[in-house]
Amino acid sequence: MDTTIKKSATPDSMFTSKLQGLLRWESFLVLIVFLVCVMNSYLSPYFLDPWNLSDATFNFTEKALIALPMAMLIIAKEIDISVAAIISLSSTLMGLVAQMGAPVYVVAFVGVFVGAGCGLVNGVLVTRFNIPSIVVTIGTMSLFRGISYILLGDQVIREYPDGFEFFGQGYVYWVFSFELVLFAFFALVFYWLLHRTTFGRYTYAIGNNPTASYYSGIKVNKHRLILFTLVGIMSGVAAVLLTSRLGSTRPSIAMGWELSIITMVVLGGVSILGGSGTIAGVVLAVILMGLVTFGMGLLNIPGIVMTIIVGVMLITVVSLPVLIAMYKTSLKRKEAKAL
Amino acid sequence: MNNAIFSLKKVSKVFPGVKALDGVDLHLYPGQVTALIGENGAGKSTLVKTMTGIYQPDGGEIIFNGKPVQFHSPHDSHALGITAIHQETVLFDDLTVAENIFLGNYPMKKGPMTKRFSIDWPAMVTRSQEILSSINAQMDPNQILRELSIGQKHMVGIARALSVDAKVVILDEPTAALSHHEIHELYELVNTLRDQGKAILFITHKFDEIFTLADRYTVFRDGSFVGEGFIKDTNEAQLVEMMVARSIEATYPKKDVKIGETLLEVSNLCHTTEFADISFNLEKGEILGVYGLVGSGRTEVMQALFGTTDHVTGSVKMNGKEVIIHSPKEAIDNGIVYVPEERQKQGIVLELPIYQNVSLPQMERLAKHGQIDQEGEMALARQYCERLQVKASCWDEKVMNLSGGNQQKVVIAKWLATNPKVIILDEPTKGIDIGSKAAVHEFMSELVDSGLSVIMVSSELPEILGMSDRILVMNEGLIVGELSRADATPEKVVSLATGGSVTC
Amino acid sequence: MLKRLIYSREGVLSIIVLAMFFGVGVISPDFISLSNSASIFNDTSILIMLALGQMLVILTRCIDLSVAANVAFTGMFVAMVNQYFPELPMALLIFLSLFIGALLGAINGLFVWLLKVPSIVITLGTMSIYRGATFLLSDGAWVNSHQMSESFIGLPRYEILSMPVLGWMAIAAIILFFWAMKFSVWGRNFYSAGGNPMAAFYSGVNVGKVQFYAFLVSGTLSGLCGYLWVSRFAVAYVDVANGFELQVIAACVIGGVSIVGGLGSVVGCVIGALFIGVVNNALPIIGVSPFWQMAISGLVIIIAVIANATSDKDKARIILRNPNANDEIRAN
Repeated sequence: MDTTIKKSATPDSMFTSKLQGLLRWESFLVLIVFLVCVMNSYLSPYFLDPWNLSDATFNFTEKALIALPMAMLIIAKEIDISVAAIISLSSTLMGLVAQMGAPVYVVAFVGVFVGAGCGLVNGVLVTRFNIPSIVVTIGTMSLFRGISYILLGDQVIREYPDGFEFFGQGYVYWVFSFELVLFAFFALVFYWLLHRTTFGRYTYAIGNNPTASYYSGIKVNKHRLILFTLVGIMSGVAAVLLTSRLGSTRPSIAMGWELSIITMVVLGGVSILGGSGTIAGVVLAVILMGLVTFGMGLLNIPGIVMTIIVGVMLITVVSLPVLIAMYKTSLKRKEAKAL
Repeated sequence: MNNAIFSLKKVSKVFPGVKALDGVDLHLYPGQVTALIGENGAGKSTLVKTMTGIYQPDGGEIIFNGKPVQFHSPHDSHALGITAIHQETVLFDDLTVAENIFLGNYPMKKGPMTKRFSIDWPAMVTRSQEILSSINAQMDPNQILRELSIGQKHMVGIARALSVDAKVVILDEPTAALSHHEIHELYELVNTLRDQGKAILFITHKFDEIFTLADRYTVFRDGSFVGEGFIKDTNEAQLVEMMVARSIEATYPKKDVKIGETLLEVSNLCHTTEFADISFNLEKGEILGVYGLVGSGRTEVMQALFGTTDHVTGSVKMNGKEVIIHSPKEAIDNGIVYVPEERQKQGIVLELPIYQNVSLPQMERLAKHGQIDQEGEMALARQYCERLQVKASCWDEKVMNLSGGNQQKVVIAKWLATNPKVIILDEPTKGIDIGSKAAVHEFMSELVDSGLSVIMVSSELPEILGMSDRILVMNEGLIVGELSRADATPEKVVSLATGGSVTC
Repeated sequence: MLKRLIYSREGVLSIIVLAMFFGVGVISPDFISLSNSASIFNDTSILIMLALGQMLVILTRCIDLSVAANVAFTGMFVAMVNQYFPELPMALLIFLSLFIGALLGAINGLFVWLLKVPSIVITLGTMSIYRGATFLLSDGAWVNSHQMSESFIGLPRYEILSMPVLGWMAIAAIILFFWAMKFSVWGRNFYSAGGNPMAAFYSGVNVGKVQFYAFLVSGTLSGLCGYLWVSRFAVAYVDVANGFELQVIAACVIGGVSIVGGLGSVVGCVIGALFIGVVNNALPIIGVSPFWQMAISGLVIIIAVIANATSDKDKARIILRNPNANDEIRAN
């Protein structure tokens, strides 16, 4: 046996993998975003007006704020479809404390706090009882919104303290609204969290193989619990923004949002089966959906048509890679047979 | 050669990147048992799946009763009376025993309409009862499968194969999980089937079985056909040579290491259903072999030591100090690591690159203020993967692209990087090629040389006898014997493991 | 045998539903009268039929979120056909609703079968598409009762033995499903394909095709319910049955259909739907605002899945010959 230690020639990384990086889903999204911009500016002279563009961001920033932690949750092989219901409950309770005369910051704190609590409830149910998160959150979805209905019925709350409208309607600087700046801030935070920290690495590991992650000493359930709570907190933040923007609360607020949020995440290239996806992809998907909606608004196409387009995009996004893979294997099989 | 009922001629099966079967031949004769012999990865499982219509061959011919046939689905081969008892249990936990036996082949009520649309449940139960008692299996056909033991489930699998009027019966390593007693019942069953004129393919890697049961043999190596013939014309050495293409006597690189003081003391470890009263010591620099049949509780004990099993009582001491281990994290912190048997499920994250797998258990130590130090990770991976000679194109490569042996090396590298004191290896060489096997054994010797202690769980006798300083034998959740390296003989170990007692 | 029945999930559930039913009866005896019972059942009929279809889908480890959108689209389609061609016979309209529903279900099924794409994503997509298509079809307009023919509205209301045709349709569906899921190979395949897809494949069951059938049946029933819904409420508009898919899934989950596949019964599913039906009907009687309904069903779903999770937790394999061995050893 040769005992001299041979210097291994194995490199850390291969050049090809970096080249492949350019062919990723995110690059494709950038291209589409660019094309949509060109098309929109061609179709309507109002498109490139900064104030118009700024207005357009309001239709997605709140959903996008939830899409960020949702992406991490889906990467970790879980899902939360109760987010819209969390908004409803959080908004309702904010309304109730506002009616009692609470100051602005207390109202906002209540919103975020209720969101965190709801997320924690989801997380505890999933981790403590080992129930698939889709069932748990179908249940809590009814429960959270149901509590809003119990508290408010068909009432609407409109009394908010002065200054509360800033969250959803204020501008930080020039055309940059508070909502937009907040989204940019959280996009950076979540980018850092997912791609630069141990927490993010654990998220990928758990999403790909929860058992092996547990066997490697990762506290899988604690990690899941934190993720659910994060989704809850961001839903609470979104509730503050939305309530402030609308200036009113009713139990049916944000109905159906969970689907557009999940669509954003999947469109951003996050695998619904867990394990892969990036924050950059989700942000691009958010911008893309915002631009398409905006463009259609300029062309006076009704909003519900947008739902068709989103549905088609969603199905295409998940089917296309499968079709390509099928085509590739059939080619490989032919090659192998020819050998 | 032309009276074979079932033949494969020049059959090939290609997976992207691998030729799993390369023009293989196989002939099965009525009233004879043919043993198929080959190492792991020789293509045996692929062959079974091709014969039963699960895979479609990419080339060659399948001939049944003299006529070429094509199987488009498992249904087609089933219809011709080809039935298989697969290695993995392919049964349904939430259905009854009777339905498990007849699924895919339900007895229907007579009558023009009902024979198409109405399952005859009472007939199904009666016939299940008949089949089960014909193989001496006592169980209620109405019981839900989930409630049965592994051995009982295996009998249901056999009953299922016998429920059709089979002409060809394939048994894919059927004795792996069975006790001594159950194995003998199975032998009798195989003999009965042979006497009924069925053609039997018996896949195994146990030579004693081949020589007790088989009439003929066929040997595969690396997806290719090597040879065939009558058992009476051959011997074990010849078969082994055909299997591995070189004559080997198993050499185990066991070095004599000076055994130090006691490192790990386990006393009275109990679990309500899996094991009881497990007590043993592990000395510094020792390799402790743990032998037992599949399902004897050995893996469960090791997982309890690693903190993945709930409801365990008893005490574990490291260096004389009591430690409490309720999760893998606590085990790792106390210097106990576990290389699991189910490597791909528990050992490794296939979709992550090599270096990220290696650093996974100690991300927190490597990180600065929660931020990953990628250079540090890479250095760690480089150091340990080179030490284990992992073959990969780069350390950024996904683990799923590596061979089984190299994946196992990555798992071991991951654990060595945590500087453990005790390393538990659960079936460390299962499913990896001979070359990597030797490398793993060599490395074990190196480990104990450097002062680590090793617990090695294995169901391969030569490995246990060749590598261990001391052997614990388990049966039905209890430690039934402890043998020193000098005392251990294959007969003693097997007899203890199958419920006998050592008489000497 | 009796013990097994009572301890089964169906047994426990029926006892709870009956207790609720008679409990309300104590407060308001009218509630448990035969005619009110029939009307509760009639109210729940659509939910029962949709839940039966959904059960097949969930059994095969999938989920169909598009059922409510399918109801809306098919309902609008037949309502508009009736509006513009009032002389067409009802049989043709019913056939049309079954056909369109089946078509929409088949689209879901084909994606799942041939491309093996997760059903949750596909049906999330088709849910938006079908709902959007309903808008395109109607241009956002409503079809009101005066635009529907008399037989179109009258059919589900026609009473036989003091039970409307709608209720009888649900009864027929229950009987058909009960028989098919117990006695036909086609029905048993849903259990094997969902319980252990690999083993089912080894046994000659084409798992993808079985999943396709599940979506086909779920779609067909949604189509029928589309007509029934529009005719029962005598109005068709884009938002018909909005969010109803969650009630359908809830009925299945409450009825013990396991979301991980392979486990669930027709009886359980029907009782799950009736549970929701009884609660909905009982709330106004006992003076609770109907706004409580949503929270209650949410709470019940959570309790039901927790009960499920703790009762059939994967039992240990039991290696020790005598599970009490350790006690004996300690005693020695």
